Amino acid sequence: MFEAMRLRCALVISLAMACLLLMPALSAAQDKEQWLPLLCYRTGPYAPGGSGICGGMEDYFDLLNLKGGIDGIKLKWEECETAYSPPRGVECYERTKKEHGGAIVYHPISTGITYALMERATADKIPLTSIGYGRADAQFGGEIFPYTFPLVTTYWSQVTGKINYIASKEGGLDKLKGKKIALLYIDVAYGQETIPILKTLAEKYGFELGLFPVPAPGLEQSAQWLDIKRRFKADWVINRNWGISCTVPLKEAVRVGFSRDRIIGVWWCGSEEDVVPAGPAAKDYITTNFHGVGQEFPIIQEILENIYMKGKGNLPVTRVGTVYYNRGVIHGIITAEALRTAYKKFGAKPINGEQMKWALENLNIDEKRIKELGAEGFMPPLKTSPTDHEGGGWIRFQQWDGAKWKPISDWIAPMRDVVQAEVKRSAEDYAAKKGEKK
Amino acid sequence: MSETLLFALELTISGLLVGLMYSLVALGFVLIYKASGVFNFAQGDMTFLAALALASFVVKIPLWISLIVVLAIMLILAMAVERIVLKPLVARPPLVLFMATIGVAFFLQGLAQGIWGTQPRGLELGLADQTYDVAGMFISNMDILGAVVAGILLIALVWFFQKTKTGRALRAVSDDHEAALAVGIPLRKAWGITWAIAGIVAIVAGALWGSRVGVQASLALLALKALPVLIIGGIDSIPGAILGGLIIGAAENLAEGLIGPAVGGGIKNFFPYLLALIVLAVRPYGLFGREIIERV
Repeated sequence: MFEAMRLRCALVISLAMACLLLMPALSAAQDKEQWLPLLCYRTGPYAPGGSGICGGMEDYFDLLNLKGGIDGIKLKWEECETAYSPPRGVECYERTKKEHGGAIVYHPISTGITYALMERATADKIPLTSIGYGRADAQFGGEIFPYTFPLVTTYWSQVTGKINYIASKEGGLDKLKGKKIALLYIDVAYGQETIPILKTLAEKYGFELGLFPVPAPGLEQSAQWLDIKRRFKADWVINRNWGISCTVPLKEAVRVGFSRDRIIGVWWCGSEEDVVPAGPAAKDYITTNFHGVGQEFPIIQEILENIYMKGKGNLPVTRVGTVYYNRGVIHGIITAEALRTAYKKFGAKPINGEQMKWALENLNIDEKRIKELGAEGFMPPLKTSPTDHEGGGWIRFQQWDGAKWKPISDWIAPMRDVVQAEVKRSAEDYAAKKGEKK
Repeated sequence: MSETLLFALELTISGLLVGLMYSLVALGFVLIYKASGVFNFAQGDMTFLAALALASFVVKIPLWISLIVVLAIMLILAMAVERIVLKPLVARPPLVLFMATIGVAFFLQGLAQGIWGTQPRGLELGLADQTYDVAGMFISNMDILGAVVAGILLIALVWFFQKTKTGRALRAVSDDHEAALAVGIPLRKAWGITWAIAGIVAIVAGALWGSRVGVQASLALLALKALPVLIIGGIDSIPGAILGGLIIGAAENLAEGLIGPAVGGGIKNFFPYLLALIVLAVRPYGLFGREIIERV
């Protein structure tokens, strides 16, 4: 009996010692991991967009981990399903913000969720990016929008690029006078986002702006299209919808005999998922984009070779290289480059939200770095600062040829003077209202 | 003809054609309500499932075979709903059955996306979109096709319910479950037939709407368009569903086109519900609904 007790004691002591010995190793392993909560939507009506973006982003993270992580630090992430719903987005944020030592950045992938989280994230000192969506005036940064980053390009930059494009087709900005441009938009915050800047541009260049709101979900738009064609007699239509309401205009345009190469879609109406359901009606339709489409880029080839050829990957291989997939990859690249910037400044160990904010305000992904990443032609240069949370605003145009998107322009700069003036006015207005609220 | 008048006429015609397609969706609700007194929350999702299945098959096999396969799927689904969901709930209050259909709705949406994926699809019925200029107005061949198919189906259903033995049995079930059982009408069989017919209606609605706007999960939201149709027409009336659809289709188009610009637009979804509220206040059972007098 005494022997048995001795044996048990020895076993307990051995286990305790093993734990003590293993603890630093476990802690070291944690030190070598950077945790990221991901707000995704793989269910509901907007699942094609959410699944594509999250799938692309996670495949890129997987690729980085296969290559040893960023400066030796591997990425670990966890998805939370928002179904594109702001209340669920807020719930996901609150549930995950303190996990694994605390969240350092969120990509809401939804303008509605971005609006719902802005003040919370600022209070919690966690950066909120909105890559190609969200609140445009947040590019002002500074003390008004310290933790909100509408990176790469905003809706306002985009819409000035669209007017530039239309002007180029009409023969110059001076030829816009007297032209009629219809804004067909889904009647929610996201859809209304560009109205102020379009009004400014209409006044400046003398074109007539017609507003045609579409109540969500926008399954039926015949009245709007009859109005656009019959009464307003639009020369151009800007398609600013989301989900099925992006596809419906292409079919309606056929019904009223409106040429599709005179419809310019927002990039959220510029995916394969928006045009394929419209069939032949989508041919010649033009949209904006802020990244490349297709599989020919080295970075996409690398993902195919290292992830998909080995039977892994987040999505069916047919989706690799599509608009939403590549948009996910650009999300991944920006996140990883910000982390790399932060590790360079603060040391190669997991960082916090404030350090990530510093990194996002000091990002510099120039042509050289883009080439190193294998993303030449895939993404435009990006250089941010504490007072420029956008970092460039470059966009390009693409046209659907009936089978795939074809780029029809190089990177186009926004009308910075117009955008900056509106950003300043709107940001100060926001600050004043926030002050009143306090 | 003045430009405004022409515009109003065009809005009306376009609205009437679309309205008939709303009637199709509303009809699914009417059929199940007539036979079981249940408001079937899953009708929009049945439409989505039928459209998604059809869009998935039609790219691999001819349209007519695809339609037969989808018909088989909808019949199996009808039997499954009857056996698994409705049978255990016989003689339960209508609210319990309504709650069960909410469960069916979510299940069907998940099932459809689980099998055929979440990616939106096109649905080509072998007829290219074409627009005709009739007296200066745009009329789409697809809208005409939709209206004709909807019209034929509606007439067939009216005939079925009025003239056939099974149709009369189903009407008896809707009047009083217990009395129908007492005279030998098998309640469960009647429910099975009704869900199967609602499934066929879902296929027609799914095919027409899918070819019009593409097939994706948002198609299930068509149910929201059918609600004011049901309120206005009467939830237990097939002619009511037709008239309700026509009224809603024309009224929402005219409201959006003529009143919309004065109030900032975007009233197309809200206006039908306003009309429905007015009808509810004046005729709570709808224009064609059966007024039920109950002793309390």
